[in-house]
Amino acid sequence: MYHRHTRWLAPPIAMLAIVLALAGCGSSSSSSSSGSASSSGSASSSGSSSSSGAASTAPGVTSTSITFGTHQPLTGPAAPGYSEIAPASQAFFDYVNAHGGVFGRQIHLIIKDDAYDPATTVNVVHQLVLQDNVFGIFEGLGTPTHTKVVGFLNAEKVPDMFVASGCPCWDNGSTQPYTFGWQPNYTIEGKILGQYIKQHFAGQKVGVLYQDDDFGQGGLAGIEDEVPAADIVSKQPYQSGVTTLAPQITAIKAAKAQVLVDFTVPIYTAIGQLTSFTLGYKPQLVVSNVGIDPITVGGLLKTISKGKASGTALIEGAISDGYLPSSSDTSNPWIQLFMKIKAQYDPKVPFDGNVEYGMANAYTLVQALQAAGKDLTRQDLVSAVNNDGAKWTGPGLVPFRYSTTEHGGYGGAEMGQVRGGKIVLFGGPLTTEPTAGSPITPYTGTQPPPPAGGVPTN
Amino acid sequence: MSPLALSARLRRTTLLRSLGLVLGGGVGLWVLSELLGAYDDLQLANGAYYFAVLAGLTMLVGLSGQISLGHGALMAVGAYTVALLIGNEHWALVPALVASAVVTALVGIPVGATASRLRGPYLAGATLAFAVGLPALADKFPATFGGENGLIINPPIPPSWLGANFSLERWEAWIACAGALIVLFVLYNLIHSGWGRTLRAVRDDEIAAALCGLRVGRTQTLAFIVSAGCAGLGGGLLAIVLQLADPGAFPLQLSLALLTGVVLGGLGSLAGAVWGAAVLVLLPSWTNDLAHSFSLSTNVSANLPLAIYGLVLIGAMLAWPSGIQGGFRALASRLYRLRSRPAASSPTQ
Repeated sequence: MYHRHTRWLAPPIAMLAIVLALAGCGSSSSSSSSGSASSSGSASSSGSSSSSGAASTAPGVTSTSITFGTHQPLTGPAAPGYSEIAPASQAFFDYVNAHGGVFGRQIHLIIKDDAYDPATTVNVVHQLVLQDNVFGIFEGLGTPTHTKVVGFLNAEKVPDMFVASGCPCWDNGSTQPYTFGWQPNYTIEGKILGQYIKQHFAGQKVGVLYQDDDFGQGGLAGIEDEVPAADIVSKQPYQSGVTTLAPQITAIKAAKAQVLVDFTVPIYTAIGQLTSFTLGYKPQLVVSNVGIDPITVGGLLKTISKGKASGTALIEGAISDGYLPSSSDTSNPWIQLFMKIKAQYDPKVPFDGNVEYGMANAYTLVQALQAAGKDLTRQDLVSAVNNDGAKWTGPGLVPFRYSTTEHGGYGGAEMGQVRGGKIVLFGGPLTTEPTAGSPITPYTGTQPPPPAGGVPTN
Repeated sequence: MSPLALSARLRRTTLLRSLGLVLGGGVGLWVLSELLGAYDDLQLANGAYYFAVLAGLTMLVGLSGQISLGHGALMAVGAYTVALLIGNEHWALVPALVASAVVTALVGIPVGATASRLRGPYLAGATLAFAVGLPALADKFPATFGGENGLIINPPIPPSWLGANFSLERWEAWIACAGALIVLFVLYNLIHSGWGRTLRAVRDDEIAAALCGLRVGRTQTLAFIVSAGCAGLGGGLLAIVLQLADPGAFPLQLSLALLTGVVLGGLGSLAGAVWGAAVLVLLPSWTNDLAHSFSLSTNVSANLPLAIYGLVLIGAMLAWPSGIQGGFRALASRLYRLRSRPAASSPTQ
């Protein structure tokens, strides 16, 4: 009879046990993080209005350290290639820290895996801000993921620095004053690729394969802005997560497209090219900068085809663009600097476009921290980018589009082509605005070499 | 009547017992939410909507004997319902959540009717197809569902009488816990009613149940619909708590994780659903912390949580084949037997 009378107690007992477990984990986590973390939640949510006070009270900053957090696809479908980005940023910070940090502060980066799942992104970003008390979010990766936390970060007035995605949606300083894009937005990239197609493949039939989100749609908008509508014979979207592109490639082949434009992440560039190869379809390939890194795509081609496709033969000759020097251009002093840092602090991965991306983005953050000054508040960092960002030079080939209202990142790119398994840039950098019809103009400024020692000084 | 006998009688009344449970749980959760910081409040909210889904699923799997690999997709239905009603139609919170349960229960009708005709692996396959196929609808109709980017909804605003400094996360936790308690109340009464006994009879022997005049198919379909309604409410609460409805948030892994939570917690028991929800919320962050406490290369430490998760599952199922709740129940009855053995010789009652 024991059971009949006491079983109903089970749910409350279970709840009580979880109360204790949660309380235990709550206290352990707040004691593990440093000093000011005691009243984690209420302090940062209620403190959002008062955080503009004295510098010493800004979350995540002490006299000797500053902590940023990031969400990255370390596992899941977007992990190949992209999982290298944040560790490369960390390597650059390690290098800066070894050279004294910024105003004596060591830069820490807490990397959280979100597996490219937006629900996880929301949870880990809350954890970073509310529990780990980070100063800001840096380089959060992905459009469907990061769009879900922009509202939270701006409501809490947390700097949301240099999102790792070219979605035009970051570029809105008036409604999202704390969010900044970094790489050229996809519409700018699409326009520059489109102009090249219009000039060099005039009258040819163009097919577009694009990821069905702001990345692909933004890129398509840029292409459509430049290439005459009559020339675009097929526009084929795909959903991230699908395992075949046979329907899309078959449709583009059937439309007799001579130029195939890919707004794809690396794995779908690889799947698309293998499908084209199987179908005996050989168009001129044009790929977004996001999806062409030869080392990443070559590795994926080999894995997916189980070793049958060797190296980068299937993407040889592909047209693309770049806003940083080509990662294989070992004569460039920036590449030399980044390779040196990688060899010391992140030795296990090959030096490819993802590593270069992470280091260059980290370089920009260090520039921003230098400009924000020694007495640091969250607002100071945002103001520094708003006021000075457009003047910063660094690994980028073109200037940033930063002002109080423009939060867009790099404002252009240079055309490039895969030659001998490496991206070779040509023709000089171009800049434009993401608005339809705005002109594409050559950028004549030259890239200065890195500062002595490699740490930005402003 | 002595007070003792009265309280014993009251405890036998399912309705009163369930009300006591909900009140006790409500007070406990309220105290908990006040004690926790903002991030842990968010975790509590996560646990609460997981409980709503798991409670419905554990009834379906444990009591009616049907399996479902499609509950992640049913959550998506609830989440999109809330996101569309609040975002586009500007509904208030409560009606939108009610609608999420109702709409998902309606979607559950054809699925449940199909499911009641299928057994074992075929049933798993059919619900699996549902889980894989449904999120793709969001991409098919991007104008309505926002395509791959999904929908974003505005956070619920805590009422002003709670004070200006009342954290949003605590308010979300309250909303989600209220939803979870309603699910607990409804399911507790259903499970302990005559219909609950019908359910168990159908599970144990369909032919015998049919010979007794029970309508097997109808009972199973109804169980699926109730379970779908709970999943829909859970999905709606997810949309409120995380402020999103996005195809990427409802992958096949979610459906599998839900089933894992139900089995690990203890099939067929509402207390097991509480354990399951706790496991789903806490285990990933614990495995993450554990993996990062070793200094390993990023590649290893990124994948280690998955491996630890798997090991914990294997270990738990070896130690407690009937789930965490089953393990505690076995422990409790063993303790009881140990305690009652010396007194066994004397006549009781």
